[in-house]
Amino acid sequence: MNIAVCVKQIPDPAAPYELDGENHWVVRPNDQVLDDTDRVGVEVGLQLAEASGGTVTLFSMGPSGSLQGIRQALAMGADKAVLIDDDALKGSDALTTARILTAAIEREGYDLVVAGMESTDGYTGAVPQMMSEMLDVPCLSFARKVDVADDGVTIERQTATGYEVVSAQMPALLAVTAGVFEPRYPTFKGIMQAKSKPVDTATAADLGVEPHTSQVVSGVSDVAAREAGDIVEDEGEAYLKIVELLEQVKVI
Amino acid sequence: MGIWVFAEEQDGAPLEGGLELLAKARTLGEVSVFYIGTASDSSFATLGDHGASTVYHLDTGDDLPAAPAAMAFADLLTQHGGDAVLFGPGNTDRDLAGRLAARLGKPLVAGALDIDMADGITVTTEILGGMKAVTTTVVGDGPALITTRPKAFVAEAVGGGVPSLVPVTMADAGASTATITERHVEASEGPDLEAAPVVVTGGRGLGSAEGFELVNELAGLLDGAVGGTRAVVDAGWVPYSYQVGQTGKTVKPSVYIACAVSGAMQHVVGMKGSSTIIAINKDPDAPIFALSDLGIVGDVHKVVPQLI
Ligand SMILES: Cc1cc2nc3c(=O)[nH]c(=O)nc-3n(C[C@H](O)[C@H](O)[C@H](O)COP(=O)(O)OP(=O)(O)OC[C@H]3O[C@@H](n4cnc5c(N)ncnc54)[C@H](O)[C@@H]3O)c2cc1C
Ligand SMILES: Nc1ncnc2c1ncn2[C@@H]1O[C@H](COP(=O)(O)O)[C@@H](O)[C@H]1O
Repeated sequence: MNIAVCVKQIPDPAAPYELDGENHWVVRPNDQVLDDTDRVGVEVGLQLAEASGGTVTLFSMGPSGSLQGIRQALAMGADKAVLIDDDALKGSDALTTARILTAAIEREGYDLVVAGMESTDGYTGAVPQMMSEMLDVPCLSFARKVDVADDGVTIERQTATGYEVVSAQMPALLAVTAGVFEPRYPTFKGIMQAKSKPVDTATAADLGVEPHTSQVVSGVSDVAAREAGDIVEDEGEAYLKIVELLEQVKVI
Repeated sequence: MGIWVFAEEQDGAPLEGGLELLAKARTLGEVSVFYIGTASDSSFATLGDHGASTVYHLDTGDDLPAAPAAMAFADLLTQHGGDAVLFGPGNTDRDLAGRLAARLGKPLVAGALDIDMADGITVTTEILGGMKAVTTTVVGDGPALITTRPKAFVAEAVGGGVPSLVPVTMADAGASTATITERHVEASEGPDLEAAPVVVTGGRGLGSAEGFELVNELAGLLDGAVGGTRAVVDAGWVPYSYQVGQTGKTVKPSVYIACAVSGAMQHVVGMKGSSTIIAINKDPDAPIFALSDLGIVGDVHKVVPQLI
């Protein structure tokens, strides 16, 4: 089984993000990390590949930089990566991202596509759905549990009030959320092997995709932050402060 | 302006999210609703009451809705035109918006907090955990597809009449078909998290599912709803329906009490709209204190039992 996993490198969320003064895009440092959301996708891909003797190919669009984030996914166990790093794609929209990933995945061939539900830095939460429409495959979204049988795939799909069991034929696209999948830590061996795994590159022109922009940022401003109120060290009676405030706002 | 709203039926009535969108949509133009579910006359009347003039109704049965709904909705938009299509933040909203954008080759703007159509289409969103507000202008021909943040707008019945109803034929999604074989509701006790005036949320610092009982008890005493961080949902102490934050629910209660919650960016976006925030955390540097009206630096296992 050929499993395509879409992963994004993002600036380390632990460090404050910077926006470019002119175009307002997030400034992307040379060293980026694998998005936590996509760590889950890689884990799901690896589990399914291990169960079926398949391979996991990573697909990523964006500035490659030092490839740190991609190496993290390869170190977890993915077999190879296809990167689309093309200046012509800067500032392009989600639809373009989906077109690029779709074209690259179709070119390599696939049985299953795995993506995250929502990237940490972009949170459009729409690229996987767009890809499913372009590939004409079912979009098994909000998947928190996955079972692959002979020719079908069944998931538990998280809903606002519980979950649904959803089944479809392959090929299919899975958009996963955290939950039961605990992403593995790379082993030392994995980290060493990751250095020599194949990383192919492609441009938008190679894939026959015309970059497209559908929205421009017209302004960025700071949101008025809430002000911190009283901070009280508990020495046994701080709970009274809570009671006082609850009385004041007439909750008790 | 021709505005479309996506709305969905659940338990015999339109979901609140669709009614919230209608409140905004009717200020922008003439409103048509694309409605899915096993609807009844009372659902249509509710949509009309909130400002819909026409309702296109599709019952997707046991199909996962997005694929067949995108086919039908794309045909309607091609036939009738429209300037903007509004979606909520729900699962089906997001699945449908993405598929539809790809099908029509039209732009999708995600996470709108406000929409202005006075001069082109301008959408306000927040990024970086709600620290920056961004306004984006849509370029190119419509319709523009726009998904919104939870509770961006407030639903309001305006006494509109019964809308005209147009049944839509279910399409065969072919290779894109997925089937819902079971539906499960995970029981949650007490008041509705998204509507309760008091929310008490527990985080990983409570230590265990037993430790989390403190939160249940405190919420019970205040007639409040119980919330959880993703850390405690992942740990299995509470079901996902309790999760507050970017990938969970957005709450705006009068009082939000955070017990042993660090205040990660992805949690804060779901609760920073609360009127009064109280936090109990043993770490004086916990980020949650920066947005709390009252912060208690202390042990939840000492402070909360005293409250109870
Ligand atoms: C894409 C993405 C989406 C996410 N979406 C969400 C979301 O929707 N909602 C969400 O909540 N998170 C979300 N997260 C996770 C988020 O980043 C944090 O990891 C999570 O909110 C942390 O939960 P926590 O505060 O319970 O745990 P921790 O961060 O571990 O904090 C525990 C806190 O408890 C305190 N503590 C420990 N013991 C005690 C004690 N005895 N008394 C008092 N205080 C104590 C500690 O000082 C600490 O501050 C998301 C993450 C990603 C990457
Ligand atoms: N530039 C990209 N490269 C690779 N995968 C992506 C990219 N953008 C989005 N994705 C995939 O789509 C998921 C959802 O991202 P988004 O739609 O941006 O919130 C991510 O978790 C990835 O799996």
